Amino acid sequence: MTHTLEQIDAPASSTPSPVDWSKVQKWGVLGGLTMSFIAAIGMVTALDQRLIISPWLSLGFLTLLWIPVVFGIIAATEDAETPGVAGDRDVISGLVTGLLSGLFFAFFIVIIDAFDLTDIFRNLGPKLVELLTFGRGVGVAAALWIISCGLLGLLGGTLKIAPRMARSMIGAAAMSVVGVALLEIIVTDITQGLRIEFVADWIYALNGGLTPASALVIAAGSALFGLRSDGSTLAERRLERMNLDPEVRFRKNVVAAVLTILAVIFLPMILGGLTNDLLANVGLFILMGLGLNIVVGSAGLLDLGYVAFFAVGAYTTAVLTSPLSPFYTPGWTLNFLSLEGAAVITIVLIMAVIAGVLVGTPVIRLRGDYLAIVTLGFGEIVRILFLSDWLAPYFGGAQGITNVPSAGLGPVEIRGTSSQAMFYLIAAFVGAAIYVAWRLQASRTGRAWTALREDEDAAEAMGINTTAAKLTAFVIGAIFAGFAGMIFAVKVGSIFPSSFKLLLSIIILVIVIVGGMGSIPGVIIGAVVLIGILGGPTQQGLLQEFGQFKLLIYGALLVVMMLKRPEGLWPNVRRQRELHQDEMSQDAWLMEESSQDKDGDS
Amino acid sequence: MHDRTPVLEFRGINVHYGLVHVLKDLNLTIYPGELVCLLGGNASGKTTTLKTILGMVQPSSGDVLIDGDIVTGDSTTQIVSRGVTMVPENRRLFNRMTVRENLNIGAYLRTDRDALEADMEHIFEMFPRVKERLNQKAGTLSGGEQQMVAVGRALMAKPRVLLMDEPSMGLAPVLVQQNFDIIEQINNDGVTVFMVEQNANMALSIADRGYVLLTGSIVLEDTASNLLANEDLRKAYLGEVE
Repeated sequence: MTHTLEQIDAPASSTPSPVDWSKVQKWGVLGGLTMSFIAAIGMVTALDQRLIISPWLSLGFLTLLWIPVVFGIIAATEDAETPGVAGDRDVISGLVTGLLSGLFFAFFIVIIDAFDLTDIFRNLGPKLVELLTFGRGVGVAAALWIISCGLLGLLGGTLKIAPRMARSMIGAAAMSVVGVALLEIIVTDITQGLRIEFVADWIYALNGGLTPASALVIAAGSALFGLRSDGSTLAERRLERMNLDPEVRFRKNVVAAVLTILAVIFLPMILGGLTNDLLANVGLFILMGLGLNIVVGSAGLLDLGYVAFFAVGAYTTAVLTSPLSPFYTPGWTLNFLSLEGAAVITIVLIMAVIAGVLVGTPVIRLRGDYLAIVTLGFGEIVRILFLSDWLAPYFGGAQGITNVPSAGLGPVEIRGTSSQAMFYLIAAFVGAAIYVAWRLQASRTGRAWTALREDEDAAEAMGINTTAAKLTAFVIGAIFAGFAGMIFAVKVGSIFPSSFKLLLSIIILVIVIVGGMGSIPGVIIGAVVLIGILGGPTQQGLLQEFGQFKLLIYGALLVVMMLKRPEGLWPNVRRQRELHQDEMSQDAWLMEESSQDKDGDS
Repeated sequence: MHDRTPVLEFRGINVHYGLVHVLKDLNLTIYPGELVCLLGGNASGKTTTLKTILGMVQPSSGDVLIDGDIVTGDSTTQIVSRGVTMVPENRRLFNRMTVRENLNIGAYLRTDRDALEADMEHIFEMFPRVKERLNQKAGTLSGGEQQMVAVGRALMAKPRVLLMDEPSMGLAPVLVQQNFDIIEQINNDGVTVFMVEQNANMALSIADRGYVLLTGSIVLEDTASNLLANEDLRKAYLGEVE
């Protein structure tokens, strides 16, 4: 339950209070601005070919149409806390917000129709106008947009006061229609694996998207499913779980773990190549995320040059095993059941430790922002070294190192192109990494890290060797990334400096933040959401269409997360409590202030 | 009277922060079982003195001795494991950790893990309130409770020497007295206490001896009762107005 400043200011009276016009105005204009922005960056035009429901609704239009609904809900939300007034004003708030957004957007259409702005904004050309006016002239289109946005806003406001059951039904229906439509590739891939292609053929229209009939069936089916649930939110369910009897919870956890392990073993056999490859990429990022989570989440050291360790692992593997490298010894491959393979792993481990110590030692005395800047520099230096002409005889400069042989397990070859085998390999490493990270969290070192993150000086006064603790975190993080690099090298078969850009460090950091700092399940969820759904820097995600807007969405997601859910999607229990305590004490303070103000007035 | 080895000793300590000469040729001697307080105004070098003992600040010259051994240049970890612990200024609890976790961090360097539970019980006897708050975040406690946890956390290290930096700072007057009673009790249990305090009257009323620090130099050193009786000191440092 969160209180906002406005709520406290609003007079609490028993009569239905009037609509909060300033809020409606704000969200209405914001909605119009957001819609114009999305149209201006070219999302609508780019995604118009991608159909959700063939032939009526494209993804391009969907990127606009969700706005009046959601902003309508937000504008109407305020009344929820005040008793006895839910009703007309929610609906009115939603409607007016939607109308305002529509008005604003219609104005935007009129402008881009009247002036050719393509010199400045490449997307604001006739093509967009044509699309947004449905070829019926600006006047009609503007009216259509205002009306439909108003209706969508009305829908949002109505949803707000609708009974929980209805909301969860509509939500489930909408989500699953959009979800199934977006997951077309993966669903087709899975049905092919299961040899039930006809299901996919029925669901999807020839030119992509759901057919109206399948959309109806899916919506109805998931609405029924929504009917079954009691409408409780995920957070409530989590809380419920946390309050369970420890023994029951333990048993549930064991069941969940066994199911997960079984799924990891058997799913790849069912899934198609595409899906397996996607999951393998997600696994690679989980591995790196777990490592960075120790550095940033546990020890509180903001490392922006984490990609350096990934690069070191990848280059070490490539240099040792590629026949094109001057250090190549015949017979050396990453075969996990051979002496040479063990040697490769050991050398990767040693190099990662050395890199961790080399980067860690000079920066360990720095704190906060300074640490972040310096590590950022180190990350770039490592990439530039690999790129340099000076070291080109060893690392190939911009040409990188190619022909890295595949990994193996005894006689079995783990080809980079065989996504199934790759998935198992990465899953094994991720499993080991999860275990290590989990054990570390509960260890003495883990407690030292927590204290360090909280208050470095006090931790030192307690006798914690802060330098050693920080260096340990750095080195363990480096080892995780080094192994991820090793797998990356055998997976893609060729290594170039351009694979190790700053962006990669940032994306791993975003995974950790979005998932929930310091939380192991959080890292997994973060990697699944960001890499699996949106895609990595070079890896395809489920929503390939969003590829060119990926970074924009990352940014938006990060901002929204920081504002609304700073503890992450699956927070560390400790951190969630922290943030909510802060929130509550902050609100308490505000309440006190406002009550004092009132006292002063009277 | 003191024929024993001093548990803590400063021999001609000089500390510089860059160009600023913070401690000037400081000599201190503290014997086992004593309760000594270090008085002085703002920026006189009191906290630096404690940090120098713990090795968090390195002197530019001079020696720190613990039990007669020179420990100058040793790390904080080494000094804490010799049985010297500090209750830092403003308590500096790990606010987002629970009270229990705070107490456990206090015992971080101890190897006799089995004895921890018993020691925790001892702290609960001293501060029953701490036991009630065991699973609460330290940051949500009141100032007085935080002080209890800070002292408890330091005691979990089983110190022979307890350094206290402004223990009464930020406490309500009624708690200040209680706090000094606790310090006296800890001292009676055999722990040497070296305390930095601005509240000179209170501090001297429980202390055996006192040092007065003025811009990095010791200007007075005497028994607590003599210091309390000293007219100049009363005027200059005890904030007494005629």
